[in-house]
Amino acid sequence: MPFEWTVALRLLREGRFQTLLILGGVTIGVAVVVYITALVNGLQANIIDKTLSTQAHVVLKPQEDENRRLVQAPGVVMAEVEKRTQRENTIDNWQSRMAAARAVPGVRSAAAMASGPGFAEKGGVRKSVALMGVELADYLKVVRLDDKLLSGRLRLPSGAVMVGSELARELGLSVGDRLRLVGATGRTESYLISAVLDFGLKDLNRRWVLLPLRSAQTLLGYQLDITEIYLQVNDLFQAERMAPLLAARTGLMADSWQVTNAQLVTALRSQSASTLMIKTFVSLAVALGIASVMVVSVVQKRREIGILRAMGTPARRILRIFLIQGGLVGLVGSVFGSALGSAIAILFTRLVLDDRGQPMFPISVTPALLATTSLLALLVGVLAALVPALNAARLDPVEAIRG
Amino acid sequence: MADVMTLSGIRKAYGGGRSPRVEVLHGIDLALAEGEFAALTGPSGSGKSTLLNIMGLLEAPTSGTLVIAGQSTAGSDDALRTALRSRYLGFIFQFHHLLAAFSALENVMMPVHAAHGRVTRADRQRALALLERVGLSAHAHKSPLQLSGGQQQRVAIVRALMARPRLVLADEPTGNLDTQSAQEAFALMREINASDGVTFLIVTHDPRLADTCDRQIRLVDGQLVASPDTGVNASPPA
Repeated sequence: MPFEWTVALRLLREGRFQTLLILGGVTIGVAVVVYITALVNGLQANIIDKTLSTQAHVVLKPQEDENRRLVQAPGVVMAEVEKRTQRENTIDNWQSRMAAARAVPGVRSAAAMASGPGFAEKGGVRKSVALMGVELADYLKVVRLDDKLLSGRLRLPSGAVMVGSELARELGLSVGDRLRLVGATGRTESYLISAVLDFGLKDLNRRWVLLPLRSAQTLLGYQLDITEIYLQVNDLFQAERMAPLLAARTGLMADSWQVTNAQLVTALRSQSASTLMIKTFVSLAVALGIASVMVVSVVQKRREIGILRAMGTPARRILRIFLIQGGLVGLVGSVFGSALGSAIAILFTRLVLDDRGQPMFPISVTPALLATTSLLALLVGVLAALVPALNAARLDPVEAIRG
Repeated sequence: MADVMTLSGIRKAYGGGRSPRVEVLHGIDLALAEGEFAALTGPSGSGKSTLLNIMGLLEAPTSGTLVIAGQSTAGSDDALRTALRSRYLGFIFQFHHLLAAFSALENVMMPVHAAHGRVTRADRQRALALLERVGLSAHAHKSPLQLSGGQQQRVAIVRALMARPRLVLADEPTGNLDTQSAQEAFALMREINASDGVTFLIVTHDPRLADTCDRQIRLVDGQLVASPDTGVNASPPA
């Protein structure tokens, strides 16, 4: 084994208590970093997952109508441009637009949506609902429903509807019952309930009614038009970046989920920022711990360092010995710390359960997380050892031996 | 016979600036010939340690020149002095200074290991042969802490020989040993000197041991004085 490694290892072994002390510090630090990162990653993934479970990554909508100036001559302003009441705006020629959206790289799937206001009627009771006409096969590729199914089957043949659990409760509906829907045009039709769903939010459960695209178009008077195109992209964090391109390709307005859920995105960002801060300060504390123990150890090993120097050890080798010690402590500590952090994370998922006895959210300790943490610990170890190592390398051999 | 080391006009002063300047060595002229077995004696505080440190290239003199194996050390930096130490010099310390974290064998190999970064099979064999020579083969893999004082000093002596130095500097190598062990250690150095032709300079307080050396160099108040029995190579008192 190279000289520096041999000496580094032997001195670590000799300074048993100190070595254990630093290893303990690094282990705890790494465990905290691993646990916090896994927790926050799991939490954020879960929140995003829950939020997006009923949303598309990007929604394409018709352009809004604006008033135009009547006269545009220099120095003459005839009318102020102001928003006007938006009539129900629809997307015509949607098949080709949807094909254009699908052709954009990174888009995984697309679904047409014809939505609008309506009423659900049962036994003389009327409830205001959102009619959402979809091609179920396409829609399922954008929004998951299988995990939301309470009863019935995910089928939308002509004349069938799927309703949220609150609406079903309020109107006393169950699968197989009939329900009358009234659209904006005043048209009324009777439908058979094929499934009751739990969308995860009370308001959605009260209002959402999924029905076949053709039926919705008829009820809402859109003829062959639709109101939105829902898109699913491969990397959901790219949605915002892709929106302008999608808008340009389709001639529609594109809203990414980040824009629609701006508050959530801000919350997630500040959470990430505070996590980063915790990690930074934990790393600093670990670095200071390593450095202070190593400063003491260099002082204690003065004599040994002096003898090594007298026997012809170049100063750079002494420097390396202590840098290696710092790195080794960091690496070995990160192995223990990763194990401890993972154990705490697993314990957390076992102990903190929701009302159904399931883990609140999955905490995932990934190999990538462990690898980056170990690398960080290695770096922190070497950097923390730098000052003590320089001290050791600069020791005057005469004084070291005498002292 | 060629000189292993030549010192001319070596002065060493400490302090200066705010603290008072104290000169410890006042112009030392000394030559050590190849194969000599010399004792350096003198009362404590006479500057023996400082002189030994300068000869060991552990400290630089304030003025004067030091030539080792024909190479001048004037203006040398730490890296060059380290390289010269590792190439030409062996050290034996009073408290043997073996490293407790290493076995006797590893301690013996240390000078080569430190200088070259690794040890070869040949290095290992040489170290084992050296231990065998001092009757410690059986203890090669023991920690120094498991050896007696005399055994430890024998390990330290062969460690000083490991890198085949031209000059071994020994700082009171027997100061910490009982009479019997001290005599054995001295005899061992003497024998190595005779068989291998390695030059020895031994600092000692023990006049009986000093008397057995070929030459006595006596240092008093930072100056070499003529020893009654040899009288060679010593500068007259100022």
